[in-house]
Amino acid sequence: MADVVFDQASRIYTPGAKPAVDRLDLTVEDGEFVVLVGPSGSGKSTALRMLAGLEEIDGGAIRIDGENMVGVPSKDRDIAMVFQNYALYPNKTVGENMAFPLKMAGLDKDARATKVREAAEILGLTDFLDRKPRALSGGQRQRVAMGRAIVREPRVFLMDEPLSNLDAKMRVSTRTEIAALQRRLGVTTVYVTHDQVEAMTMGDRVALLADGKLQQFATPADLYDRPDNAFVAGFIGSPSMNLFTVPVTERGVRLAGHEIGLPQDVRSTIGAQQLTTVTLGIRPEQWSVGSDGGEGIPARVDVVEELGSDAYLYGTLAESSGDLSATASLTGSKDDAVVVRTGGRSGARRGDRVALTPSVEGLHLFHPETGARL
Amino acid sequence: MTAVSDDARDTRTTPGAGTPARPTGRATGTLLTVLAWVVGIGFFFPVLWMVLTAFKQERDAYTDPPTLFFTPTLDQFAGVFGGGVTPYLLNSLFATLMSTALVLLLGTPAAFALSLRRVKRTQDVLFFFISTKMLPIVAAIVPIYVAVNFIGALDNIWTLVVLYTAMNLPIAVWMMRSFFLEVPKELLEAASMDGASLWRSLREVVLPIISPGMAATALICMIFSWNEFFFAVNLTASQAATVPVYLVGFITSEGLYFASLCAAATVAALPVVIIGWIAQNKLVQGLSFGAVK
Repeated sequence: MADVVFDQASRIYTPGAKPAVDRLDLTVEDGEFVVLVGPSGSGKSTALRMLAGLEEIDGGAIRIDGENMVGVPSKDRDIAMVFQNYALYPNKTVGENMAFPLKMAGLDKDARATKVREAAEILGLTDFLDRKPRALSGGQRQRVAMGRAIVREPRVFLMDEPLSNLDAKMRVSTRTEIAALQRRLGVTTVYVTHDQVEAMTMGDRVALLADGKLQQFATPADLYDRPDNAFVAGFIGSPSMNLFTVPVTERGVRLAGHEIGLPQDVRSTIGAQQLTTVTLGIRPEQWSVGSDGGEGIPARVDVVEELGSDAYLYGTLAESSGDLSATASLTGSKDDAVVVRTGGRSGARRGDRVALTPSVEGLHLFHPETGARL
Repeated sequence: MTAVSDDARDTRTTPGAGTPARPTGRATGTLLTVLAWVVGIGFFFPVLWMVLTAFKQERDAYTDPPTLFFTPTLDQFAGVFGGGVTPYLLNSLFATLMSTALVLLLGTPAAFALSLRRVKRTQDVLFFFISTKMLPIVAAIVPIYVAVNFIGALDNIWTLVVLYTAMNLPIAVWMMRSFFLEVPKELLEAASMDGASLWRSLREVVLPIISPGMAATALICMIFSWNEFFFAVNLTASQAATVPVYLVGFITSEGLYFASLCAAATVAALPVVIIGWIAQNKLVQGLSFGAVK
């Protein structure tokens, strides 16, 4: 067990080009489960592979337990990795696959058998030890890959999208199992995914990357409640936060012709930066829905998604004059598109007109150009 | 690799399964079957005729019209072995096995470096390899002869070993590279994370996976070396001569010993046929490595 420190770690594939990982600073505490999340090309997998020793560290350092890993080959780092495609050795049985790292570590046959049996029991693989990987289902293969990682009790576990080859249902159950197993073993774990639900549900802390740069490193709740910038706000949460570019008024901001009041401290921050517009973020659940003609911003419901416990209304905001047909023709900007979460069986239908009121506590404000939180 | 095998099997469709074939379809099918048999027999007949002739007496071997019914005899085979084919067979065997072993020994690391562990200028190196096959051997035989003569290695079996290795190496590297490329690179990465050295990962992980491909490569090299005639006839005389050179010995100034030639040719073809027969499963598996997985 160990802590992992990314210290200004960079990966530059072609000199002069944009780094794949740009001066990443990240400290993973001993025993912590950290998820690296981000869209494709964000550098999350590259960062993990740098830690694994499968990619060069072109700048800065990565330290495991205080030990600099620059120039240390993978095999000497005492870490284990679960690959997206599991990378099981097809010519070896499940037992041999799991015993391989122990064999490489020089353990004798009896010790190997004992450890493999223990790991197989934890993962429910005891009946499959003599099978070849091709005779297993996707979920079982995933477990074997996990087994091969845990069997030798490494300092750090690395997981590179280990659930993405599983079907949706399997993914949810395995997600819980992996998180529980990690808590039980207490091994420092770095987990890469592009799925923000996985990130939010599994990680003690989540590092969100975009364009090779760290956007925010915080607990899932912090990431959701206090996103550092508009990118984080838009990425975390499903459906995404509604983001509007709105003009600043005397008492707050104006959204679709309606003035939304802001607290004094926020107004002074905006004033200090002399901004005339800001990016306003409101999560889907931070709206209250009223009937047409009532208090709030008029909107037309375009699509209703009933999920049982919840319903999502996808709609279009209108100017207070209420001419929705005119607004709809302008909906290229998407600035008036809105997603609202309501309780299940909301009764709303496509084409309905509603009045939406955002809750004041649920407002997030970002700089219109830099995206930084105000 | 294993991860996709099930999917690959599932997506394979069976067109027309369950629907009765239309009469025209059946007629076309019959016609194609007949055609296939005609072509097949057309290719196989000369071989069959050679084997049949090997069991004839010399006087029945070359008649007009051809003799179809005859009393089989082993005289020609006795003649072939009595006439000293054994040293030629041993020479062929030595040159074939030795050169194939060398090709695998040199070609496997080369193919690895040109696929999984990409080195600089991989494309150029690959092109260089294949470019050596572009020059007809006949255009190079004079310099080769002069060089071999200069080092005093004419009529030496090691000369053939070296030449056969050089001749087969480019093809072997190309073939094995394509097999290596089918190995997911994550397997090597996983092995390295598991603490295996490069050599251990090669031996324990990669080679077992590509062994059908290596078997196919080895078989092709063996066939090429066993059948090679041009170098053998130009660079050997008596000590190092191989079976193809021996076969030519039957074309003499007194005439063509047709039945004996056929018996000798049958003996010459037999080892390749036997090896091919033994290796046929591996061979098909190897040559269709990428296609089926």
